[in-house]
Amino acid sequence: MKNGNSNGNGTPPLLIAEGLRVSYGGIQAVRGITFHVNEGETVALIGANGAGKTSTLRALARMLDLAGGSIRYQGKELSTLPPHRLVREGIALVPEGRGVFPRLTIAENLAMGAFCRNDKAAIAGDMEHVYGLFPRLKEREKQLAGTLSGGEQQMLAIGRALMCRPKLLLLDEPSMGLAPIMVPKIFEVVRTVAAQGMTILLIEQNAKLALETAQRGYVMESGEITLTDEAAVLLHDPKVREAYLGE
Amino acid sequence: MDILLQQIINGLVQGSIYAMVALGYTMVYGIMGLINFAHGEVVMIGTLVAISIVTLLVQSGMPPALAGAFGVAGAALVCMALGWSLERVAYRPLRQAQRLAPLITAIGCSIVLQNLAMMIWGRNYMTFPPLIEKTQFEFAGASFTSVQVMIVTVAALSMSGLLFLVYRTKLGMAMRATAQNPAVAGLMGVNANRVISSAFVVGSALGAVAGVMVGTYYEIAHYQMGFMLGLKAFTAAVLGGIGNLAGAMAGGVLLGLIEALGAGYIGDLTGGFLGSHYQDIFAFAVLIIVLMFRPSGLFGEKTGDRA
Repeated sequence: MKNGNSNGNGTPPLLIAEGLRVSYGGIQAVRGITFHVNEGETVALIGANGAGKTSTLRALARMLDLAGGSIRYQGKELSTLPPHRLVREGIALVPEGRGVFPRLTIAENLAMGAFCRNDKAAIAGDMEHVYGLFPRLKEREKQLAGTLSGGEQQMLAIGRALMCRPKLLLLDEPSMGLAPIMVPKIFEVVRTVAAQGMTILLIEQNAKLALETAQRGYVMESGEITLTDEAAVLLHDPKVREAYLGE
Repeated sequence: MDILLQQIINGLVQGSIYAMVALGYTMVYGIMGLINFAHGEVVMIGTLVAISIVTLLVQSGMPPALAGAFGVAGAALVCMALGWSLERVAYRPLRQAQRLAPLITAIGCSIVLQNLAMMIWGRNYMTFPPLIEKTQFEFAGASFTSVQVMIVTVAALSMSGLLFLVYRTKLGMAMRATAQNPAVAGLMGVNANRVISSAFVVGSALGAVAGVMVGTYYEIAHYQMGFMLGLKAFTAAVLGGIGNLAGAMAGGVLLGLIEALGAGYIGDLTGGFLGSHYQDIFAFAVLIIVLMFRPSGLFGEKTGDRA
């Protein structure tokens, strides 16, 4: 499953977006893109700033209404669900800019991640699991999230997303605005989470890191998907290297 | 010295009432950035509903204290339903509208509610039946009554209950999260509509209790009483930093003290030119000064849309 390719192997993909369109007023940010994510794999959606990556993710997370197309997840149409229902379907988004609750403590932020759950004992267990991934959060459990550094906030945002025991984790630009020293640490955690079997859709401007983390990748340009392949192949594709890897 | 102590006692009592009403303004503002100017009218409806219930029950032979308990419960239920309906009918359709639209709607709701109350309870002043026996206590030259003690006690208990709700329960956590980042709270599975409704319902319940306090304190009620009370409580909320719970409580008590001390000394200060019936100018002087020099209030963190 880890190396699931676009044809699948009998089991249908966990998420299929077909002809996805997003527009702001008259401007089309996403122009009918189609992609899928198989269970257990990490898929990277890369592209320059303004290519429509974040709009795609926000549409998947129902924070934006679609101008057209469909999102099927486990065979179910998502594009008509209200946003607060997604988490119950097992979809968690780590938003761009992290979106931690600044005046809630770290523990409360994590508890918010488990908002839709009621199994107290299991929630406490999962909180320990997150603290295991990010020991730094454990040390600051009672501190307000607004006092954390950018990297720590990113850890908190990922940890919070894991608290709902998602089947699909959407990561929006996890490297953005972080001190360079923090970026590899965050991606290490993403790989750890992926290795534990999580399905991940990763949106990232840092194409090299994203493709090194993912099994497959899609390249977005001006609202369209222009290239897709195994991540390792994209990583060595001359066009990708030229446009996104700065070579 | 005894005037000072006396006015401090009076100010604390009045301030507890302001604080209870101010919480209704601040909860709604903190979560959705709306100033619900109809909140004063919700308090007024609470007072009038309580009068009707208590009068009816006392006439049918129930002891006043018990009738009072039913009066508070009935007023709270009516006000909670009213607060919920206001949000659902008047404010929710305007969620995406410009900020001025819900504000004008709030003023409209306030006028509608006043007239509705006038139609139901009439234009005349109504007397609020005594709920507990009014005994007088003396302390260091100042006097206070059992009614005043009850008001401060009930206010302290209600506000502790609110703090417990907001800081120790899941609903409270969802409220705080929604106030800080509604979009992300939605991603966590929080239904923003439900949280907003809860803020209206809880604020209205506190308003109803405050309404009964006002009624028992002044022993009189009227369909226009919510207007001035609402404005003063709004001032208290702004003074403390609107959107901030502790700010509303502190602002309420502080405003009560400023008013009481101002009323007690205004005659001396102006050489008898202005009497204590000018006490209302203090609240609005405070409002103007705060808005000019510290619009974020005493506890407010920033001058932005939300505190």
